[in-house]
Amino acid sequence: MSDSLEESASVGELVLSLRGISKNFGAVSALTDIDFDVHAGEVVALVGDNGAGKSTLVKILAGVHQPSSGTINFRGKPVTLPDPRAALTLGIATVFQDLALCENLDVVANIFLGNELSPLRLDEVAMEMRAWTLLNELSARIPSVREAVASLSGGQRQTVAIARSLLLEPKLILLDEPTAALGVAQTAEVLNLIDRVRSRGLGVVMISHNMEDVRAVADRIVVLRLGRNNGVFEPDASNQDLVSAITGASNNAVSRRAERLRIERDHSGSAQAGEQRP
Amino acid sequence: MTAEKSTSAPLALDRADARVKHEAGIGGAVRAFLDRVRSGDLGSLPVIVGLVVIWTVFTSLNPVFVSSSNLVNLLFDCSTVGVIALGIVCVLMVGEIDLSVGSISGFASALVGTLWVNQGWPVALAILAALAFGALIGSLYALLFNRLGMPSFVSTLAGLLAVLGMQLYILGSTGSINLPYGSALVDFGQLMVMPKWVSHTLAAIPGLAMLASGLRTFARRRAANLSAPSVTGLIVRVAIITIGLELIVAYLNQSRGIPWMFGLFVGLVVAMNYALTRTKWGRSMTAVGGNREAARRAGIKVRAIYLSAFALCSLFAALGGVLAAARLASASQQAGTGDVNLNAIAAAVIGGTSLFGGRGSAYSALLGIIVIQSIASGLTLLDLSSSLRYMITGAVLAIAVIVDSLARRSRASHGRA
Repeated sequence: MSDSLEESASVGELVLSLRGISKNFGAVSALTDIDFDVHAGEVVALVGDNGAGKSTLVKILAGVHQPSSGTINFRGKPVTLPDPRAALTLGIATVFQDLALCENLDVVANIFLGNELSPLRLDEVAMEMRAWTLLNELSARIPSVREAVASLSGGQRQTVAIARSLLLEPKLILLDEPTAALGVAQTAEVLNLIDRVRSRGLGVVMISHNMEDVRAVADRIVVLRLGRNNGVFEPDASNQDLVSAITGASNNAVSRRAERLRIERDHSGSAQAGEQRP
Repeated sequence: MTAEKSTSAPLALDRADARVKHEAGIGGAVRAFLDRVRSGDLGSLPVIVGLVVIWTVFTSLNPVFVSSSNLVNLLFDCSTVGVIALGIVCVLMVGEIDLSVGSISGFASALVGTLWVNQGWPVALAILAALAFGALIGSLYALLFNRLGMPSFVSTLAGLLAVLGMQLYILGSTGSINLPYGSALVDFGQLMVMPKWVSHTLAAIPGLAMLASGLRTFARRRAANLSAPSVTGLIVRVAIITIGLELIVAYLNQSRGIPWMFGLFVGLVVAMNYALTRTKWGRSMTAVGGNREAARRAGIKVRAIYLSAFALCSLFAALGGVLAAARLASASQQAGTGDVNLNAIAAAVIGGTSLFGGRGSAYSALLGIIVIQSIASGLTLLDLSSSLRYMITGAVLAIAVIVDSLARRSRASHGRA
């Protein structure tokens, strides 16, 4: 593990660079003028409130949506991503929030979907071996790779989706809410996995609502608000700064709640102090 | 790290998880099968049960039903609509439907009659033209579906009428064209049967192929440190299949023998089964039928898959029409009308291909069409009118769809796809 860290001396090489990306759905501007950079060996967390445009941005990078304007540079070259195939070929792998697995296929078929070994005479044995290797690398707990995905739990599906994204040895991995469906132990596994992926010199973009997870792994935190860039933070930035960037005001629901709790605490404190006095 | 784990582990790579039941041996295979059935993963079970019931009933009503000469006729009749049903399996796999297969088969037979008999084309060229026309119609449906988002239900319903109109148009006022008796095509459709040694040899091939591929898989899985299925179970299955097929062939050879046309049909079924289960194309078909968006995000060219499904379906429909013309020695205005559409779709569904997409097998066309034709043949032997035949076939289709729906629900609640 540690020597692979040394090998990834290319940390800092710019993998992905977005400039002025906008996306309109009819009259709605989901993204406006987004600038976004990811370096090799870096975990960038993408945070923002519901409707901030995080998933739209990831879908643009995955080739699911096309931007209305703006440029995408991948490893120094301007690229277009007209469909998911193009993104995969470039080396951008995505784990979608809605997972995008075929429930009627088994785990092996899902991991290799679109990239089957020997297309005219599927090599099931080799695919199953590779699938187990990938899943073991993720310390996955999948009962059987020959069961249809329909029989797996949410966390197991998440693991399958991540294993699939690693299959093509991508340069950049996009994770949309990777820990949302997971239990405590599995969340830790996924965070460990993200660390491992980073140490292999890959760029990682992670969307999450969970600030704890974000702080645990992110090297940079990019905040989106209402489809616009709204600040870049270090992982040790204060919670208040992050929340106010996400909600767009220092006076927001979270700060008001904190304020209310503080006042109530003070009140009860002074009331108790008042009772004790006589 | 991983390599160490897998070499030091005493268990096979895929048997490390203690929570999963792995049945071993023949008893285990039977238990696993019962488990699957209980959770709604019925496979070919309903159709085999149905077949036993139907054959028992008809044989008790008229013993001629199971005579080998009647069964040989049954096989001749199965081949034409069976090929069409094979095409239906393709579109059902991607969760779409083609309602115009009957019309396409009728038009294909009319085209062969016109070009070959009336225009004097070589018969092979006329057949090729009919097949090309079929593929073209299917491509048109795919175009409407992919580019304009037209539901296949509607586009093929329109095609049903339009192609039927074309059939009536090219047949003109005469209404039917007789194909010459004694020609190779008509002989193929009515007379040609396999010599005994050929049919017995062919009946031995499936077992041998299963044995060879099973042993190869066994060796490769062992080498790869994966659990391998038991060799005993494999040998038992091979023995059952080989003995069963040889007995059937021997029985049918008491009369005329196995029709070459049926051989062609089974050959196509086997080829399609390979394509659907062992190739990337087949995997993509299943994926598109299961979850179209997931397939697209996995980088599958979804439009090309739909195109291949629709084109193959119409191609098979046209081929079925040519075979039907050969069977009847005529191309008429009635060809492909009536119950052909419904029988083809019913055969695919009864055989176990889901109407909801993503589940099915080429063998469902073979099994399903034998059920449908058994009913038709049995009712004909009982001298029942076509009104009753339609009602009974309709009821059987309804039952098949109900079984499909219920099994689907049960699978969902048991966590199977």
